[in-house]
Amino acid sequence: MKRFLHSPVASALCAALLFLPLKDLKSAVILFVFVLAGISAAPYIRKLKIPQIPFKASGLSGFLPVLTITIFALLPFALKDYYLDVLIMFGIYALLALGLNVIVGFTGQLNLGFAAFYAIGAYTYALLNTRLGLGFWPSLPIAACFASLSGLVLGVPALRLKGDYLAIVTLGFGEIVRIVLNNWDTFTKGPNGIAGIEPPYIAGFSLGKLQYYYYLVFMVVIAAVFVIRRIEFSKTGRAWLAIKENEIAASTMGIDTTAYKLYAFAFGTFWAGIAGTLFAAKMQFVSPESFTFMESVLILSMVILGGIGNVYGSILGAFILVIMPELLRDAQLYRMLILGLCLVVLMIFRPQGLIGAKDASAGR
Amino acid sequence: MLLQQLINGLTVGCVYAVIALGYTMVYGILEFINFAHGEIYMLGAYFGIIFLALFTSSGLAASNFPLAFALTVLLTILFCSAYGFTIEKIAYRPLRKAPRLSPLISAIGISIFLQNYVMITQGATDKVFPQKFGDASFNFLGASATSLQLIIIFASGLMMLGLHLFIRKTRTGKAMRATAQDMTMASLVGINVDRIISVTFIIGAGLAAAAGVMVAAYYGLVNYSIGYVAGIKAFTAAVLGGIGNIPGAMLGGVVLGLIESLGSAYVSAEYKDVYAFIILLIILLIKPSGLLGTSVEEKV
Amino acid sequence: MHLLDVKGVTKHFGGIKAIEDVSFKIQQESIVSIIGPNGAGKTTLFNCLTGLASVTKGSITFMDAAISGLPAHKILEAGIARTFQNIRLFSDMSAIENVMVAQHSKIKYGFASAALRTAGFRKSELETRQKAFEYLELSGIDSFADLPANSLSYGNQRRLEIARALAAEPKLILLDEPTAGMNPSETSEVMTLIKRIRELGKTVILIEHDMKLVMGISDRIVVLDHGVKISEGTPDEVRTDPMVIEAYLGKEAAH
Ligand SMILES: Nc1ncnc2c1ncn2[C@@H]1O[C@H](COP(=O)(O)OP(=O)(O)OP(=O)(O)O)[C@@H](O)[C@H]1O
Ligand SMILES: [Mg+2]
Repeated sequence: MKRFLHSPVASALCAALLFLPLKDLKSAVILFVFVLAGISAAPYIRKLKIPQIPFKASGLSGFLPVLTITIFALLPFALKDYYLDVLIMFGIYALLALGLNVIVGFTGQLNLGFAAFYAIGAYTYALLNTRLGLGFWPSLPIAACFASLSGLVLGVPALRLKGDYLAIVTLGFGEIVRIVLNNWDTFTKGPNGIAGIEPPYIAGFSLGKLQYYYYLVFMVVIAAVFVIRRIEFSKTGRAWLAIKENEIAASTMGIDTTAYKLYAFAFGTFWAGIAGTLFAAKMQFVSPESFTFMESVLILSMVILGGIGNVYGSILGAFILVIMPELLRDAQLYRMLILGLCLVVLMIFRPQGLIGAKDASAGR
Repeated sequence: MLLQQLINGLTVGCVYAVIALGYTMVYGILEFINFAHGEIYMLGAYFGIIFLALFTSSGLAASNFPLAFALTVLLTILFCSAYGFTIEKIAYRPLRKAPRLSPLISAIGISIFLQNYVMITQGATDKVFPQKFGDASFNFLGASATSLQLIIIFASGLMMLGLHLFIRKTRTGKAMRATAQDMTMASLVGINVDRIISVTFIIGAGLAAAAGVMVAAYYGLVNYSIGYVAGIKAFTAAVLGGIGNIPGAMLGGVVLGLIESLGSAYVSAEYKDVYAFIILLIILLIKPSGLLGTSVEEKV
Repeated sequence: MHLLDVKGVTKHFGGIKAIEDVSFKIQQESIVSIIGPNGAGKTTLFNCLTGLASVTKGSITFMDAAISGLPAHKILEAGIARTFQNIRLFSDMSAIENVMVAQHSKIKYGFASAALRTAGFRKSELETRQKAFEYLELSGIDSFADLPANSLSYGNQRRLEIARALAAEPKLILLDEPTAGMNPSETSEVMTLIKRIRELGKTVILIEHDMKLVMGISDRIVVLDHGVKISEGTPDEVRTDPMVIEAYLGKEAAH
């Protein structure tokens, strides 16, 4: 009896039984088979060594990044508009993941409300543009700085809190921002959103066309990678990493931990502001729906999936989570389900993500 | 008007309190925010509807409604406890020694998973509670309380009392307290810590399940996304009372329910969901140890 | 003039009296040991000196400036660095990066010059790295410079902690059981290192359980027991102090 209770069959039976009331017998049987197969295969899967993707050998000057950049630069000539559109969203998410990675990956401060800063960037441009007629270019730095400032406003009180508490406070902040955007009708037009936002212009020439917009986003992402990598390998980056690894030791080594956590907040949310502006200008429309808690979780998943603390990992994570669902259109319904499962599986089997956190040789 | 708001607030507050107990018990032992706890409550609401519908179609609900409802609650608690137990075993236990972010992220993963699991199997539209509770209401001083409200308040009080007695009087309860105080010590004196943690998750999930059924009956409508908001509010209640502190969770739940009810009546109903967050922020920033908690200095 | 002046320092954790009214002074370029049985309050005293724990009562003066109440990073800037009894390295960073972190407050370039990778930035980073390497050499672990800190042996991790503290270029360095868990030959190497540190013009406070070591290396010894200072003096004075013999050496002498 005891043996049976610990057998895969018993586990699968339990799973099927727990599931049964929610659907029908047929689905429960299918689930039983899947769980049984999964549990039986687990020991073998665990033995498989998933190789570390060899990013180590290549700094930014290396072969792989150059190849990647070249491919991405040529893509607009080969792809249909639909795919360009997806790639633009990939770029915007890459910026978000890069920004969040500074906070979560470099500094180890969990932030569950990152979409709020994305929203602040987007709405800042939307409002500046539709109300004051300000163009994209002057708005971009304003929106970025405003997002960054909001990061500071949240960070000053919140960063005294540790770990889980900080996570919850950032989550609360994210919700407050969304609910305010949703309800402050006179200012934000509430759930209807703001329409008629202008695309960027250069000397009177609109960048609204997908090909041009693609290159704009592409350039911004490359700029972000450059800047973030350089900060990463400076005293600031070292201080962030030290805080993540051991906050107490960091403080006794002369790092003003509160200040550096704040810098990380301000710097990370800056990129969310940029991403928000790019998003608003691309869609020419913003509404609170785009900035839910699930959005924050999605961005966080990108950072974790690619490899917490790794700049290229964040980009890879964004790529996978934006492109995959497009490729598997039929699986759209299962997208979040699988994402949730992936987070659990990653934490248990591969907490360092696909690429892994350490990228020791690069940047020197 | 005021009295009416107090009754409504107390009803909701009791539900928050019951859910908050799960957060606080787990936090007391593992120092970990079980982010998926709200989803158990959501599952409870769904199971409640599913089982009651089963009894309705089998005719039991028509002949003996109290029995059918009691069975529904019992079955729901059973199922949800099994979910709580399984989740801890699969998603949290392997991460007990991992860095602190890992179990939290795993819990977020479970939360998303469960939401979509229910959304896919039960559909994205609202589900209706199959049975309308009698509208019998009791009037006093110009305010009225429905029988369901009284049931909720009474049942919640009973559950809290039961938990209190369980923790104070039983062997397992005492072992739980010992584990919460010092896990290493507890295991040294022969307490099976794994078992205690399992029990904690089972009880927490059971309570959340009961809360889920009550809310499904109270509002008559449920949706796969209710767990997230209720979870945050219950968590706020737990923090408000002092996380890890069981009487604190009860107090926090009731206080939060009252604040929400009064806030929506006298300040603005649109921002109803914001109050909890604002209270959460204020408490964490001013007195993170909560109303009944004590602060401890960090060990270096 | 004294480098460090601890006056009536008291630290309570709730009901626990970890340190009770402890006072002593420390001369520049000396090696002072703090000894005492387990739980005597030695580490807590270090925590008070380095700003990790607030003092309940009393004052700490370092180079004529009051430092009690300052945050930890300010105390490092004032010139006190430390190591930890329970090793606290930045475990996923390489050994040399660990040491580079300690030079944080000495590095002057700003955010913008890092982003632009200016000549000043590059020069500064190069110097930081070179200096870090020198401290690794001094501690005898330069061959592990590029390995992650957590892959070093236990003894080498302790040495890395010392290198890291040295790299902050403090006037006073606090070593919390630097030889714990080391074999005799490693221990004697660390002792040589500590003497070297003093020769560099630094002052050392050492927490150490090994009596022979303490007697051999210290200029003065402070003895704590149950949070109270029960004796202070040269090794010879402490050795013959009946209070110490009773509280501490008595037990040692038994075996
Ligand atoms: N953060 C804290 N909270 C509560 N009590 C503490 C804390 N830190 C230390 N203590 C208590 O203070 C007393 C002194 O501890 P401390 O670590 O300073 O001793 P120690 O002399 O360094 O001992 P050892 O030789 O074992 O390292 C002990 O009783 C300890 O339990
Ligand atoms: Mg100690």
